[in-house]
Amino acid sequence: MNLNAALSTALGFRSDPKPREILPTGLPSLDAIIEGFPRGAISEIIGPDSSGKTTLIHSLLAASTSRCEVCSYVDTNDSFDPVTAAAAGVALSQLVWIRCGHNAGHALKAADYLLHAGGFGVVVLDLCQVPPRIANRIPISYWYRFRRAIENTPAILALVENEPMAKSCASLMLEMKRKKTAWRGAPGFELLRGVELEALSRKPVRPAEAAFKAKAI
Amino acid sequence: MFACIHGPGAELPQIAEAFSPFFEQTTPDTVVFRIDGLRRLYGTHHQIAHAIELRAGNDVNISIAETAEAAILAARNFAGVTVHPDLNALDITTLPLTDEISEVLDSWGIHTLAQLAQLPETGIAERFGPAGVSLLRLARGAVDRPLKIFRPEITYDDRIQLDHPISLLEPLLFLIARMLNDQCEKLQSHGMAANEITIRLELETKTEHVRTLRLPIPMRESKALLKLLQMDLEAHPPEAATAALGLSLKPVNPRTVQNGIFLPVTPAPDKLELTLARIRGIVGEDNVGVPELLNTHHPHPFRLAPRQPLLTDPPPITIRHAFRYFRPPLAATVELQNGRPTRITASGIHGKVLNASGPWRTSGDWWTPAPWNRDEWDITLSTALYRIYREQHWYIEGTYD
Repeated sequence: MNLNAALSTALGFRSDPKPREILPTGLPSLDAIIEGFPRGAISEIIGPDSSGKTTLIHSLLAASTSRCEVCSYVDTNDSFDPVTAAAAGVALSQLVWIRCGHNAGHALKAADYLLHAGGFGVVVLDLCQVPPRIANRIPISYWYRFRRAIENTPAILALVENEPMAKSCASLMLEMKRKKTAWRGAPGFELLRGVELEALSRKPVRPAEAAFKAKAI
Repeated sequence: MFACIHGPGAELPQIAEAFSPFFEQTTPDTVVFRIDGLRRLYGTHHQIAHAIELRAGNDVNISIAETAEAAILAARNFAGVTVHPDLNALDITTLPLTDEISEVLDSWGIHTLAQLAQLPETGIAERFGPAGVSLLRLARGAVDRPLKIFRPEITYDDRIQLDHPISLLEPLLFLIARMLNDQCEKLQSHGMAANEITIRLELETKTEHVRTLRLPIPMRESKALLKLLQMDLEAHPPEAATAALGLSLKPVNPRTVQNGIFLPVTPAPDKLELTLARIRGIVGEDNVGVPELLNTHHPHPFRLAPRQPLLTDPPPITIRHAFRYFRPPLAATVELQNGRPTRITASGIHGKVLNASGPWRTSGDWWTPAPWNRDEWDITLSTALYRIYREQHWYIEGTYD
């Protein structure tokens, strides 16, 4: 054993020689940059309201359910909309929806049970609109526990938040932005046609940005 | 060779079971079984018939014949014990004839089984079809069919009367575990599973505390069932100490699933049910399930179905702008100009409306106690896109995200 390996073992660091399996998002421009979401790891999607976080999560769920995987949506603030999810291609019958009634503690416990039960393709933990005073109180040990629970499994834990929370425990962090809103029609009779969204990989850092369009339903 | 016992009495299955474990109860007053293996025990066919007579008594008719149908015909039409009966002289009315066939045979002068047996099979088939052919074969004694083996109704119930009432859940669970182990072993041995489990606690106060769990998938793992019962009893504890407890499982055929070799692993149904039960204990009974779309124009055309996920054909994937609800919707103050929103103020959200699309007017359910009638707008502020609506007052329903 060389010195590097001996030190890694002694300090509890584990090298990961195996290339991680990934799940493509189905968005060609984004997959060209990050290839997809890493399995057995935590991914964070952050951004302000209307930045496209939920659109990206729906694409990820659609990609996963199209591979006959069972997914779960832990909905802290009861904000999930099955209509737009179904329109994006999410097979709703393969999705377990857990409404947590604005209780972040319940959401974290539910996610913990789901990750330890195993067998899920994607577990989405939606922490958007959680007030900062509550978000800041979430113990960091939760993220280490989640990371340990899903490593060496094919599951993806996708966190959807306004600000990053898992930080060093996340293997992928995407920041979403709304680039442009497409309105069509004469003034006074305009229709919302869609939005142009932009994803920037904050971790691992990629210089390029992925832009994609989402149609309004 | 077959033996048939015909006569009154509810004990016919027990009498038949004394001679063969596999017997058919053709009608409540007729049982028939094979006697091929009884030669070594009892001897000749006459001796076997005599042994059956000794056990069944003199009130019943006993017959022994080549085929089951012949034995049944003989037992129903000859009194006492008949071995190798001659059925030729029997009237054709002893067969299960329809009125039409009976009339035609009567007009042909056919009155006995021997006369019917001599008719050509092709001619009978042309005249009466398959029903006539089966009658002909019956008359000739040529119907050799397997027996429909009698299966007694099995119940999966158990009851324990306690010497001293138990008020704590933990010792009660030990008893429930014992009962569940026995019943699950019984289910396993019969190749069955349970989709409903009922626990009936007879309380010290002379009342009953009954809990019924309807399982989304048939299960027979006692540990998983015990855990589900434990969580249910913890959520709904009895009001007084338990003096007796009963357990009843509803048997159904177990679920058989052929998993594809290249399909990804999905959660094990029993483990998933336990996980969902645990989560229900935290977030509430009605907050866990699978989303289902409803065929309605209601603003919230979906519901949460409390069941397990199922693999289905996925819909085509398209990139659609997603929507997020604010539950409950945010009450807002909206300034209008020429009927169009120009400025909005709500808790945490305010600003000038840059674009607005609407009003999208919907109404419905006016025939129910909860009708809706609203004007919706899609608006853009400098920060985000929102859907707002007016239903007496203005609300922000959610944001496009």
